[in-house]
Amino acid sequence: MGHTVEPGLYRLGCPTPDSDVFVSANYTLSFDALRSALAGRDVYILVLDTKGINVWCAAGKGTFGTEELVRRIGITGLAGIVRHRRLILPQLSAPGVSWPDVVRGSGFLVEYGPVRAHDLPEYLAAHKATPAMRRVEFPLRDRVVLIPVELVQALPFMLVPVAALGFLVSWFIAAELVLAVFAGTVLFPILLPMLPTKDFSTKGLILGVLVMIPPAILGAGAFAPFQLAAAAATLLIFTPVTAYLALNFTGSTPFTSRTGVKKEIFRYIPVMAAMLSSGAILAVLAGALHLLGVI
Amino acid sequence: MFDSYRENTLNYYPERCINCKRCTQVCPHAVFAEGEKRAELVRSSECMECGACALNCPTQAIEVQSGVGCAWAMIGAAIRGRDMDSCSCGGSEGSCCGGGGEKETTPCCEVK
Repeated sequence: MGHTVEPGLYRLGCPTPDSDVFVSANYTLSFDALRSALAGRDVYILVLDTKGINVWCAAGKGTFGTEELVRRIGITGLAGIVRHRRLILPQLSAPGVSWPDVVRGSGFLVEYGPVRAHDLPEYLAAHKATPAMRRVEFPLRDRVVLIPVELVQALPFMLVPVAALGFLVSWFIAAELVLAVFAGTVLFPILLPMLPTKDFSTKGLILGVLVMIPPAILGAGAFAPFQLAAAAATLLIFTPVTAYLALNFTGSTPFTSRTGVKKEIFRYIPVMAAMLSSGAILAVLAGALHLLGVI
Repeated sequence: MFDSYRENTLNYYPERCINCKRCTQVCPHAVFAEGEKRAELVRSSECMECGACALNCPTQAIEVQSGVGCAWAMIGAAIRGRDMDSCSCGGSEGSCCGGGGEKETTPCCEVK
């Protein structure tokens, strides 16, 4: 694996037995972020075996956890290398680490540093974090980097339906599906904080309606005199697609609780299914009546 | 309306708090604030149930059922007939993740 660092104790500069000990994951980016934030200092870095996973995710899974920390302190013989009994851990490792258990298990006292390594120089001045250093944000930049992942995840599910719609029904309608998926995977992450309501599903429904109105109006003309039914069918079929993708974006955010997401699933998946099926029925009816009228 | 996140499994028993301030240090959403004599639960609905506060509270003054709020994982678990509450990230099955390393400070379900 190209993204892992060998677990163990590392020296940065020329640390003494009184130097600080920082704890990190063995994911290259986590380790490098810490290393560059501490550049020019003489410290120890204790790298845990988190299977190459970053701090927060590893903490959530428990691999960056009390057990591994205590074990790694023992393996490296840290207690014989430093005179003090203090460790500085990244704040986001806390979901996996219980500081009272670490003290009991190793004698070392845990101090939680800031969320982001680049705040460490300021933090270390007084060993005190500002409220901002403790907060996890989800700025545009972080949301945009996720777009390719969202697209790659959605793509395999969308190829067959798009091709089927295109070849069997119409390429205009296939393009509408592409648009709905684009809204859910690209526009949604960008617009997330701007969309009204707190629930992701309703945010997605609102975005879906906004995005689908122009093609719904454009495409409806072909179904005269059933334009209204055709436009309604377009909205009913494609907005749940955007909403579903929006709901799935919960897993990519750093703030949705399991309780809330579960509630959303039970609340809105039935609504999405009902919209989709009633839209499909309406589309078939409008299409059939249109064809009959033509004949 | 349209806010499924107002309630969660976070419970705080202030009478047990010894004001060690750990919860205010570990919470990524400032759910707890430092108080005069004990920590104060100020933004309960912002809790994402990561479990850091409860795990680091030395007097069990905080309880929360921790888990990852990922619809992809939970729907996947429901479809496979597994427990929606025990699915998590990064594993093999019942997982929403691709595994591997991820970007720092993003949550569990995305691989960079």
